[in-house]
Amino acid sequence: MEQKYIPKSSLKAWLAKVKDGGKQIYAPVTEGGKTSFRRVKSVDDISMEHVQTAQSAKGVAFPRTEKLFSYAMQPGGVALQDYDSANIPHTVVFGLHPCDAAAFKPLSGIFGWDTGDKPFGERMQRVTLVSLSCSKCDELCFCTSVDGSPGSAVGSDILLTAVGSEGYLVEIVTDRGRALTEPHAALFEAAPDVNKEELLAHVPVRFSVGAVERSLAGAFESDVWKQQSARCLGCGACAFVCPACACFDIQENPKGSASGDRIRCWDSCGFSLFTLHTSGHNPRSVQSQRWRQRLLHKFSYMPRRLSVRGCTGCGRCSRACPVDMNLWEHLSELENLKN
Amino acid sequence: MSDNIYLPYLVTIEKITQEAPGVRTLRLKFNDEALARSFEFKAGQFGEYSAFGEGESTFCIASSPTRKGYIECTFREAGRVTSALAKLEEGQTMGFRGPYGNTFPLDEWRGKNLLFVAGGIALPPMRCVIWNALDTRGSFGDVSILYGAKTVADLVYKHELKEWDERPDVRLVTTVDPGGETPEWKGEVGFVPAVLEKMNPSAENTIAIVCGPPVMIKFTFPVLDKLGFAPENIYTTLENRMKCGVGKCGRCNVGDKYVCKDGPVFSRAQLEALPAEF
Amino acid sequence: MNALRSTVKELLGSGAIDVFVGYEKGTRLPRPLLAASADEADKLIFDETCTGNLAVYLTRKDLVGGKKAGVAASWYAMRSICRLLDENQLQEGAVKVFGLTPEGDLKPFDTLADLKQHVQETPPPPKPVEDEWVREIDAMPAAERWKFWTGELSKCFKCYACRAACPMCYCTKCIVEVNRPQWLQPWAATMSNVEWQLNRVMHMAGRCADCGACGAACPLGLPVHIIAHKMAKLVAQSFGEPTDKGSVLSTFNPNDEENFIL
Repeated sequence: MEQKYIPKSSLKAWLAKVKDGGKQIYAPVTEGGKTSFRRVKSVDDISMEHVQTAQSAKGVAFPRTEKLFSYAMQPGGVALQDYDSANIPHTVVFGLHPCDAAAFKPLSGIFGWDTGDKPFGERMQRVTLVSLSCSKCDELCFCTSVDGSPGSAVGSDILLTAVGSEGYLVEIVTDRGRALTEPHAALFEAAPDVNKEELLAHVPVRFSVGAVERSLAGAFESDVWKQQSARCLGCGACAFVCPACACFDIQENPKGSASGDRIRCWDSCGFSLFTLHTSGHNPRSVQSQRWRQRLLHKFSYMPRRLSVRGCTGCGRCSRACPVDMNLWEHLSELENLKN
Repeated sequence: MSDNIYLPYLVTIEKITQEAPGVRTLRLKFNDEALARSFEFKAGQFGEYSAFGEGESTFCIASSPTRKGYIECTFREAGRVTSALAKLEEGQTMGFRGPYGNTFPLDEWRGKNLLFVAGGIALPPMRCVIWNALDTRGSFGDVSILYGAKTVADLVYKHELKEWDERPDVRLVTTVDPGGETPEWKGEVGFVPAVLEKMNPSAENTIAIVCGPPVMIKFTFPVLDKLGFAPENIYTTLENRMKCGVGKCGRCNVGDKYVCKDGPVFSRAQLEALPAEF
Repeated sequence: MNALRSTVKELLGSGAIDVFVGYEKGTRLPRPLLAASADEADKLIFDETCTGNLAVYLTRKDLVGGKKAGVAASWYAMRSICRLLDENQLQEGAVKVFGLTPEGDLKPFDTLADLKQHVQETPPPPKPVEDEWVREIDAMPAAERWKFWTGELSKCFKCYACRAACPMCYCTKCIVEVNRPQWLQPWAATMSNVEWQLNRVMHMAGRCADCGACGAACPLGLPVHIIAHKMAKLVAQSFGEPTDKGSVLSTFNPNDEENFIL
């Protein structure tokens, strides 16, 4: 992997050039004490001080609401207008942490397995991920428990790691990353001789994910789901902030009676109506079944079917939960489950 | 052709058959003539049917793959989309995505007897297999059909029931729930499991295909046990809620099996290996 | 703390309650705990930091249906419980309520009539922060106010945490999920988000206990509880404080003000 160094003073100049070159920058911006990803107007707005944004960066490839196609009633029939990828901006996602970059792999797994998903695929083709290693973490982070690390380059096209307060180690991971640095080579310097590990936050390992996954294999009928989910309110906060959750609904957005759009929007396995049949039958009728589905999907079904885990340890679900469904705490409990 | 899996094919309604109160069959022809010629599917597969302006609904393809040039779906008016589909008229345009899902393993069943057990609105997925078997009649042994509905009026495919009844190479037994009969009714009166027991079909070299409401399935399986049907020789379909139909939207899974990809057809042996969440 | 734990164990042991809806130590703040055994009761805590409104669990059939429940209640949760009683969502005898005295001691209510009297006689804990929000927003010219709310609500992704955390949102099928006809667009978009919050607050008129659970639950920190707070004030101003004779939405009085009708 090619390594470089960029002084802090050149970082924004580089991003400004990238932006002037026609790419949009999707980066964390702090406003009113809250930091969230958005398409920035000026690179000066970018915030790099937060531990974690409330929402992940997944919206760049899987927006909360997206048009799949349009229809129009015509004399003697219906005309369809296919999904239009021409307007998807080429985007650099900047300042996402390694847990978010890693989460594009499970997303790609879901959207890509067996049948491709055009909207997701077209967006991903236009995305470059420039991640930032974590120099701090909080008590809800657990990337190191799910094979990640605050300095992992997995999933990133470029990974920056702060070296002191003056600059960043730049690891150029992919060709896409190279295409972003090479035209601006003058802004980069030779990589310093540093021990990257020393520059990273220390995220304690909370559980053995192997043990959790072995434990889950026989846990379907366990009482643990009821016990853990008792306080769960059944909202979709955990799913919507999760960088790897991909469940969606398909809805009609009619614009009058003559035309409209078919759209998809985020949905959550935690909602009681998610699996409700028209007949009234609901295979997952109570919250404990829905909590079980959430964890088994991420830690059992996805590893089995897609060879990728549905969790990268970002801890957002735990931070977003109104009733403190602390995920690593629940997973630690599962590790020691007596089936 | 679009590479967007969510973009439906446009189809025109060629023929509407009112099967029973609130239940109708639509015969659909692909607007694209090349597609109409090349479209293929297998018995058991399903699709997503669009009423533009209202949304999509999931049903099996109820016609047989041996009947080319069109597909049919049969549905009951129940929600927003099915009500909108029921308002469409012959000649109008709707959408279809598919075929999706796995199929009944008809090739493996060659030379065997087939026993169909269906209840109510669950005859459509089976009708596809029945016609497929009858159109390739020489490949199979005895064909027996037991079909029950709440009332005489609720029986679907009445013309076809008559046709099957008249065929010497089909054994058809129809039944309605007690109280659902009319003075003219000549079939059985009773619930499907009890009538099945009375019918007493041989399990020897026979595949049982069972589709119906969960309560019917629940009470039919023990009867099949008693008759000696092994779990590997009993097939059914699961009808979980779906949106995408292609393994992405996250609703239809039972354990790590997606009903839209690994199903909708499951043998009873396969069902027994799944967690009880359907 | 010990008084609470021993009381709950006693109630569970004697069968007076089947489950106690209380708080335990959480990662950052106290969190709900549904204690049904002595072991679980030993984890209970109850002090002034326990502010989440636990009344939300009392209408959850999968958790407390057919059971007798004890509940640790803040003042606002007590008001929620009174409103749920008025709306026939709770049964006398099925719920035993515990509050805290100003000194922090456990205060059991023997009957729900006692609870109602307590809520009527005790002034609501002040909400200076919320009052200041309302003052600031009221002072904005209409266009600016619209910009403020559309700006905030444009961020909403419709996870419905506000609804899930609200004790008064006990409908099994919410208006946003009714699709024949589809009154509200169920996906996230600025205008459909505004419609959703407007509908929610209208359904809360005269019913909302003003506990702030909706705002506290929002994972994006959107101040949706301020809409409810303003609504509670408006309803009290226009129609008087809610009584147990039914909420302003479900009752009619010929003298009701109509000045808000355009």
